[in-house]
Amino acid sequence: MKFILPVVLVVLLAVLVGMATVHTSELKPATTPEGAVQSLLSRAKGKDFAGAYNYVSPSSNTDQQSFAKDLNGRDGSLRTYSSLQKFNTKVLHENDTEALVRANVEWSTAVGAFYDVRDLKVLREGNSWKVVWPVMKQAKVPPQVIPVNFLRWDVVTRGSDDDWGAQNVEAPRVRITSMNAIERDGGTIILGEIVNEDTVPGFVAVGATLVGKDGKEFAQEESFDKISHTILPKEVSPFRIDFPGVKLANVKSVRMQPNALLVAASADPVMGVLHQRIEKDTQGRTVLKGELINQTGETVNIPHVLATFYDNAGRVIWVSDGYVDQALLPQTPVPFSVAVRDDLAKNIQTYRVTVNQYSLDRAQ
Amino acid sequence: MKMNRITLSIFGAMLLAMSAGAQNLNLPTDATAGQAVSIPTSGSGSATLYVYGPGTAIKQKIQLGEPIQLEGEQLKKSGRYTVIIAGGQDSSGSFFVSPAKLESLAFLARPSRVPASRPGVISGSAYLFDGFNNLVLEKHPVKFGLTIDGSSGGGRSVDSNNGVAWVRMDSGKKAGAAQFTATSGDATVNRVVQQTASDPCNIRMKAQPAKNGNILVETDPIRDCTGNPVPDGTIVTFTSTDQNGRSTVDARIKRGIAQAELPPSQSATISVAAGVVLGNEIHWGGR
Repeated sequence: MKFILPVVLVVLLAVLVGMATVHTSELKPATTPEGAVQSLLSRAKGKDFAGAYNYVSPSSNTDQQSFAKDLNGRDGSLRTYSSLQKFNTKVLHENDTEALVRANVEWSTAVGAFYDVRDLKVLREGNSWKVVWPVMKQAKVPPQVIPVNFLRWDVVTRGSDDDWGAQNVEAPRVRITSMNAIERDGGTIILGEIVNEDTVPGFVAVGATLVGKDGKEFAQEESFDKISHTILPKEVSPFRIDFPGVKLANVKSVRMQPNALLVAASADPVMGVLHQRIEKDTQGRTVLKGELINQTGETVNIPHVLATFYDNAGRVIWVSDGYVDQALLPQTPVPFSVAVRDDLAKNIQTYRVTVNQYSLDRAQ
Repeated sequence: MKMNRITLSIFGAMLLAMSAGAQNLNLPTDATAGQAVSIPTSGSGSATLYVYGPGTAIKQKIQLGEPIQLEGEQLKKSGRYTVIIAGGQDSSGSFFVSPAKLESLAFLARPSRVPASRPGVISGSAYLFDGFNNLVLEKHPVKFGLTIDGSSGGGRSVDSNNGVAWVRMDSGKKAGAAQFTATSGDATVNRVVQQTASDPCNIRMKAQPAKNGNILVETDPIRDCTGNPVPDGTIVTFTSTDQNGRSTVDARIKRGIAQAELPPSQSATISVAAGVVLGNEIHWGGR
């Protein structure tokens, strides 16, 4: 009798381990359009792209490898550092043979949550529903040599054995050309632009200190990634500093601290921002859209778009940013979309888009 | 600890000598840093010598009647030295050690980068030192010179005052790495002041179809208003506006010009700018 309980526990453990390790090779066919999308995304969430591909309609004209790369990323893009966190689905319309399902997908990435909305067509194929998952075919650039006059700045700094009079090279001269403090969503936001007036590149950061009505400093923040940190000669970068939960009415003044360091930097890659336009997306939100193109021959792994919006007086009224989860291959346009606040859209007179870049094979 | 004991001993001996109405010694009047001096003494018997000066404290037994030898190694620092002899007839006095011959300069040049053709923007300060790092207080002419690519960008001679000579100079008209030198005697120190071009002046671009169907835009060589080429790496923004929206490329000046490819268009307005300077505008395509 005393062995019965241990034996039962061992058997139970073996069953549980078996259930956890052995995948069912059989996939349940989707009986509803929404179920097909949910099954596909559930499998993708578990990185079971082969299983997810079983819910893809052959009419998608997508092979399994391309499908997996579409979900898992490629070329060191932001998607390769992401995982599907959660999703929700909604049937937009449905009939006996096909349906349209909206999937709101949230990815967790190295730079925060990334939201993707896809309107997926779902077809009835036999007794199950399958998702049409078209993978955008990237135009292949033919093999070629792209000549680039490589330009970079190196810095020779003062050595420890130099005499005390030997001067070091100075930090670049940078200047804040505009600054605007606004209140949005219950917080104070400092917006503006900074220009590198020098002839050398600079690594810049902008800090802001809020001074209260009593003359005492009560909050301090930096622009973090709402700025182009490396700015080349005569380059202008927007910046945005958020103070969540701070009422603008409580702020007497703001102290700005632009900091610049002289750094070794490269002038490449050059990226174009094409066909910029403000329009409504599928959900009716105002967005700034366009395409990025890498005009050099080097892959940019993670592009980061910064958009500055101005009113009719030329004042910066908003700074928005967005990461693109696709890598920028040479000479290949990639679409981007940056959110624009709907309450500000009517005041936007003009805007300017700049692109930061992060490349794996280059330090600067 | 040993130094402290000597200092205390010297202090005590000094008080003793002063209270005893010490006799003055025959001390050198033209001592120079790094050179030995001889101080004659009178009397007989042994006594204790105390010497203190800048960074120096010496205590040694001496024989009165024989000259005291202070080695050059003991008098490297210029300044006032006090000598006290305790024992026999207490005596004390002081002498001044002058800096030795000018041997080196410390040269501070500011700033390291400066726009070309600006008055009074470059400053240089030269500090004159002997071989023992004593500031040479004697007046010396210091020649400041600014040359770029071998051609002189100005020069001036200034006499040092209390070991320092300074000058304020205009930046030259030519951009490049200017050699800023300070020379005095055999000592010369060189600093580099990068003279840079000012803002671009009169940017002009041309556009032509690229092989891939895009629009290739390229500027003429970009120079400032005094003809200096604007440094490579400076951002030049090309903007094309057509019915599909606006396209921009932040190109970098390379080898004096900036170029970029803009998307193909049937009818576009193309403009170019660098910083606050606008260039010409091109209307591309039919109307």
